[in-house]
Amino acid sequence: MAQDLTQALAERVRAAYLAGTPLAIVGGGSKPWLGRPVVGEVLDVSDHRGIVHYEPTELVLTARAGTPLAEIEAALAERNQCLAFEPPHFATPLPRGEGPGERVKRAATLGGTVGCNLSGPARPYAGACRDFVLGVRIVNGKGEVLRFGGEVMKNVAGYDLARLMAGAQGTLGVLLEVSLKVLPRPAAELTLALEMDAATAVARFNAWAGQPLPITATCHDGERAHVRLAGAEAAVRAARQKLGGEVLAEGAAFWSSVREQRHPFFARPGSLWRLSLPPAAPVDSSLSQCIDWGGAQRWVWSDAPLWEAARHAGGHATHWRAGRGEVFQPLTPALLALHRRLKQAFDPKGILNPGRLYPEL
Amino acid sequence: MSASGTTPAVHARRNELVRGLLDILPADSVLYEPEDLRPYECDGLSAYRQLPMVVALPSTVDEVQAVLRLCHRLEVPVVARGAGTGLSGGALPLTDGLLLSLAKLKSILAIDPVARTARVEPGVRNLAISEAARSYGLYYAPDPSSQIACTIGGNVAENAGGVHCLKYGLTVHNVLKLEVVTVEGERLTLGSDALDAPGYDLLALMTGSEGLLAVVVEVTVRLLPIPERAQVLLAAFDDVTKAGAAVGDILAAGILPAGLEMMDNPAIRAAEAFVHAGYPVEAAAILLVELDGSNDEVSEQVMRVRELLLASGATEVRTAQDEAERQRLWKGRKAAFPAVGRLAPDYYCMDGTIPRRRLPEVLARIERLSREYGLPVVNVFHAGDGNLHPLILYDVNQPGALERTEALGRRILDLCVEVGGTITGEHGVGVEKLAGMCTQFTPAELTQMHAVKAAFDAQGLLNPGKAVPSLHRCAEFGAMHVHGGALPFSDLPRF
Repeated sequence: MAQDLTQALAERVRAAYLAGTPLAIVGGGSKPWLGRPVVGEVLDVSDHRGIVHYEPTELVLTARAGTPLAEIEAALAERNQCLAFEPPHFATPLPRGEGPGERVKRAATLGGTVGCNLSGPARPYAGACRDFVLGVRIVNGKGEVLRFGGEVMKNVAGYDLARLMAGAQGTLGVLLEVSLKVLPRPAAELTLALEMDAATAVARFNAWAGQPLPITATCHDGERAHVRLAGAEAAVRAARQKLGGEVLAEGAAFWSSVREQRHPFFARPGSLWRLSLPPAAPVDSSLSQCIDWGGAQRWVWSDAPLWEAARHAGGHATHWRAGRGEVFQPLTPALLALHRRLKQAFDPKGILNPGRLYPEL
Repeated sequence: MSASGTTPAVHARRNELVRGLLDILPADSVLYEPEDLRPYECDGLSAYRQLPMVVALPSTVDEVQAVLRLCHRLEVPVVARGAGTGLSGGALPLTDGLLLSLAKLKSILAIDPVARTARVEPGVRNLAISEAARSYGLYYAPDPSSQIACTIGGNVAENAGGVHCLKYGLTVHNVLKLEVVTVEGERLTLGSDALDAPGYDLLALMTGSEGLLAVVVEVTVRLLPIPERAQVLLAAFDDVTKAGAAVGDILAAGILPAGLEMMDNPAIRAAEAFVHAGYPVEAAAILLVELDGSNDEVSEQVMRVRELLLASGATEVRTAQDEAERQRLWKGRKAAFPAVGRLAPDYYCMDGTIPRRRLPEVLARIERLSREYGLPVVNVFHAGDGNLHPLILYDVNQPGALERTEALGRRILDLCVEVGGTITGEHGVGVEKLAGMCTQFTPAELTQMHAVKAAFDAQGLLNPGKAVPSLHRCAEFGAMHVHGGALPFSDLPRF
């Protein structure tokens, strides 16, 4: 299955550059809704796949962008390692009629995951997807194959254009290859459930994060608080004593349901917003919400737009599975102007996923 | 205003700049007499020296904005400077440029113990953040060895590392938000108090951009809880290959040490003679392994690491019995540079990163190069993350020694790139490693970097001539490489 389509993809982009043809980049097709719709010729990168290099003792893995995330996770698991940022796959069709289910060709790919900078419940404790990006190979908007960063942990040669690709959703370059830092899987793991309201939970999550505790995930799902402890056996045991609560038998399933949005909280029609806020931002108890990331990521059902509320609270909003209209928080005019110049620097003809993030990019 | 051997045109230009600056800043914050400029002539890479045209010392963000607006209008290049501890010449002044010192912006603006953040001005020292946070049980993790003096603004500009990067990351992993001023004097917020921000990751782009994209005027960093306990083990090896393999064995066993340092025999001897850390001076290499976490966790891991080290062929494994011994074992490592400094009049510190499995080969080839150039090399290694610091010993007073040293340094960096590594792990490119950039990147990649620079600074006024070489410069280096020399004291060309 593994094959290297670097040349073919570069030639496609080069031809599109010369003709001024917009391209819609597609990997696994698992999350077309996480951005504005792109009108353009489909550039399918899913066949450019395979793990190029994996060295467990160096804690580094390099794979082609079309490699299914599941394949990478399986290879890591064999050596008792993992992607510590726990990326969601969003591969399963949602129960909602307007969900992306019918359009899912295959599962999430490495390229799509990095392009969207997606991270799971461990994010506040382990870091985000972008924190684990060590290097990339891309095709820029002129069809040039470029490599930034590398396969080493420390590298400050030149601008950090590798990390810049994380979250750029292909608008600055088509990801061809990504090198990631990988980590050992924790020796022990357990999940505690604690009865408390959301505001109390957020206060606790923040207080615990200020103490040397082996916490790797925290969530209040609207019903009660959940805390995942992971690390050395001894550390997990000691922390369990300290925090109290009830040990959840199906802990792993709980975190997976939050990560993949299969938790009952997500199973309803309506308009879902992701609020990314300072972790200790006050909790509005009038909202129906699922609070993840120690208080820093809040999922809210709301028919009214939440851009202003998020900005006011010191963060930003994403209109999740918006269907139409804006998906990402509008940028200030000065920042938008800078974004446009950067876009121009990588993609002078504006052919890479135009409009995916913002109409102007 | 005195003219000191400058041309009338330069003199007039300087006067115009000084007049403009005096409208913005108090008189004692504008320096232009040669004796006042002298302290700014170099950073930590003191082989390169150059007096700036003028030095400005703003003390507020408004003043920084006004200074940048003025320089933009007059088209005067600007070099920003923190504490001047950088090791790659990133803060080397320009003869026709303004040196913008951020040293007066040195307030800790806020510490939020609940959200675990510190909001500070760029001139705040790295260690001062941890000191201010300590009473809350928190600290700032990145700890470059110069942390007592270096400033957070400089840390952001260089994406500074330290000995705890493997577990706790670099500056880029520990900064949440930046306030920057663009070359036009416009203030922008990058990142946020949340864990991410909409749009492109400009926070990551700015970190490590060596003052070429914007000037950092405020930094919000993430604070971490101080670990309950830290314990250090020392392992001696009769062979560097075994020491390198032991590092891989520890990581493959699922243990992520807070620090994992290696020293070769000359480094061990130098450190031992200097601080009497109790190092085994006969060993070919030693490893220092620091484990941190909860009390029980550290106890468990110390036992496992001890077994792993012995199984990897360590001739001796020692565990610090108390905090005093832990400090002593670290002291030898932290004093390695000054210790090596006693072996020769001068030393030149390299900063390559390599895939760790290539270490034995790289060390053997460095030894061959060392003999070829007739210059001793001592190796200190952040083994966990593959960051190698070969220290080349030389005597600047010997004719041609500096040129030979720099040529050897370039050969070592080329070697790092050849084995799949990079020319700089944490010190930055500055003026020092421009040639290496031509080895590591293709012309198209360098052109892409210049396009990014132009998106922020179309006229190329911010720290021009640093970090990313022009293609023209690379062509020159190619020619110079044939002659095996470098021209460190020549005027900095700007492109």
